[in-house]
Amino acid sequence: MMKGLILLFSLVAFSGVTFAETAEEKGLAIAIEADKRDQGWSDQATASKMILRNSQGAESIREMRGKALEVEGDGDKSLIIFDTPRDVRGTAFLSFTHTLKADEQWLYLPALKRVKRISSSNKSGPFMGSEFAYEDISSQEVAKYKYKFIKNDKFNGRDVFIIERIPQYKKSGYTKQISWLDKEMYQPLKIEFYDRKKSLLKTLTQHEYKKYLNKYWRPSRLEMVNHQTKKSTTLLWTSYKFKNGFKSRDFDRNSLKRAR
Amino acid sequence: MDSDLKMKNVLISILFVCSGSLWANEWSGNIALEYRQYSHDAFSSSQYNQYGSVAIQPEWFHEWEGGKQSLTFVPFTRWDEHDEERTHSDIRELSWLKVFDESELRVGIRKVFWGVSESQHLVDIINQTDLVENMDGEDKLGQPMINYALINHWGTLDLFILPYFRERTFPGLNGRLRTSIIVDTSNPIYESSDKENHVDYAARWTHNIGNWDIGLSHFNGTSRDPSFVGGLDSSGNPVLIPVYNLLQQTGLDLQATMDAWLWKVEVVNREIKDNRYTAATAGFEYTFNGVFESTSDLGLVMEYLYDDRRLAATTPFEDDLMLGLRWTKNDEQDTSLLVGMIADVDDESRLYSLEASRRLGESWKLNLEARLFSGLKNNNVSNQTIYALRKDDFVQLELSYYF
Repeated sequence: MMKGLILLFSLVAFSGVTFAETAEEKGLAIAIEADKRDQGWSDQATASKMILRNSQGAESIREMRGKALEVEGDGDKSLIIFDTPRDVRGTAFLSFTHTLKADEQWLYLPALKRVKRISSSNKSGPFMGSEFAYEDISSQEVAKYKYKFIKNDKFNGRDVFIIERIPQYKKSGYTKQISWLDKEMYQPLKIEFYDRKKSLLKTLTQHEYKKYLNKYWRPSRLEMVNHQTKKSTTLLWTSYKFKNGFKSRDFDRNSLKRAR
Repeated sequence: MDSDLKMKNVLISILFVCSGSLWANEWSGNIALEYRQYSHDAFSSSQYNQYGSVAIQPEWFHEWEGGKQSLTFVPFTRWDEHDEERTHSDIRELSWLKVFDESELRVGIRKVFWGVSESQHLVDIINQTDLVENMDGEDKLGQPMINYALINHWGTLDLFILPYFRERTFPGLNGRLRTSIIVDTSNPIYESSDKENHVDYAARWTHNIGNWDIGLSHFNGTSRDPSFVGGLDSSGNPVLIPVYNLLQQTGLDLQATMDAWLWKVEVVNREIKDNRYTAATAGFEYTFNGVFESTSDLGLVMEYLYDDRRLAATTPFEDDLMLGLRWTKNDEQDTSLLVGMIADVDDESRLYSLEASRRLGESWKLNLEARLFSGLKNNNVSNQTIYALRKDDFVQLELSYYF
């Protein structure tokens, strides 16, 4: 009798532990783990190329170089310099992402030699006319979303968590995102974006992951397809370089003016 | 000894760099074909209604020491079908940059922009306006300078020594957008006995605190903005002679970025010929994102332009309101449109403008520009210069190739 009670108690207690983790808590725990695994890269320099395709399949090319600095306890600092199309060559974009307050963004217009502080409220706007929105390419901080674990699944033969995340900033263009997160890399293989009317807007797939510094997984190719406009964008990361020794001095308005 | 060595290093660097100029990827630039159509006959038979023009601006850039040092060279030249003054060349940039941990040194010919507002640029004073390029005053002549920037947690302090003065360009006898009596640029009058060799000084502090971007500046030198006296040219024709007085200008520019709102203020206090006056521009820009069920943005710009000399001001923008609408399609071709109006609060004078642009393919760009003037009256000093433009409504199409 007594034994039975203890057994019952322990069973309740045990099941209590497993079932106390709600889908929201599990989703958040996975997001925190993914964030933790991607910490400590300190800085990176990248080169990339975007191929924009309209609904008829006509292509246009954008080439750019980027620098990013990891900021502990806040969003990252980044600088993007555009090389093509040639009429925007030398245009540079400086961004300080923040988790809770609005991002700070400046644009340098080389023809006018003008540094312009720009509004960061346009998170849902297209980046360089592509199918990527600013919010898709800016640094992904845990606090930017609310999470919900959906289920374990397989995607292209790999084990994944399917997680729903809901943007917490008012101006987001999305009501929700569904992410297929690889269990080994803790990196997304696929993300579906749902628009303000809750219908499927875009699908992003991330390909050809490579491991850098023996720790950080980065995709070499991203494919974003807009289901509503039938336009698509391929984003190729042609080079990643870590530990460049960047300082915050490399991410100020003075560095923006001489970015080449 | 030490400075001799440094000089030697610089010379060696330049030689090294010139040999490196064979690297094709260090050259870029653009060539632009332009056509202007005026809708009314001018007041002089020496002027035309159609003007064709071509301009080229190559750029050569070389960096070394991982970008800590660089050289930039940007020559510019324009040929105009009719206007011999608009046919002109300039060195827009020929400068050397050295980056230190907490400072930056720039020596040579450069262009510098100060300020935040859209309708006029009061604070911006380092470069002379290349007025024959565009009446909006956004095109500038290269300014020789030594610029040392101190960069710290309290912001950036830029110090300038400007050893040579550039005269403003003005349309010639056969050009449009000019006064009925032409400006003779061959013999300008200077207040300083050093004339164009007067050394000007300037300093500017800029800082960013959260949502606020602030700039405080002072300029001590020859005013870029001339006044005029009547005179005769070498052939005895009546002309306007530009007068460049000495100027002290203190300027403030401030922008607050609040969500989709940009609040902007520029104020200058100027002392010229023992007269002290204040001019200001203040306003906002608000952007609606994703308008018309699309990814395009619509920006609303409103600015108030003020000069406390009022009707005696040397600018027509002494009590004026600017309204602008900026549409950005955010498409692959970067299609954009800006329509604007500057209206004098006290009379019917209006200046309308339209600027549209679109990329064609990967390397071409088409620009459309139109300016219309209405209700202009020659009723006071402030309106004199703009009154001269009453017959000069025009549309301009420009096709540029970027290489």
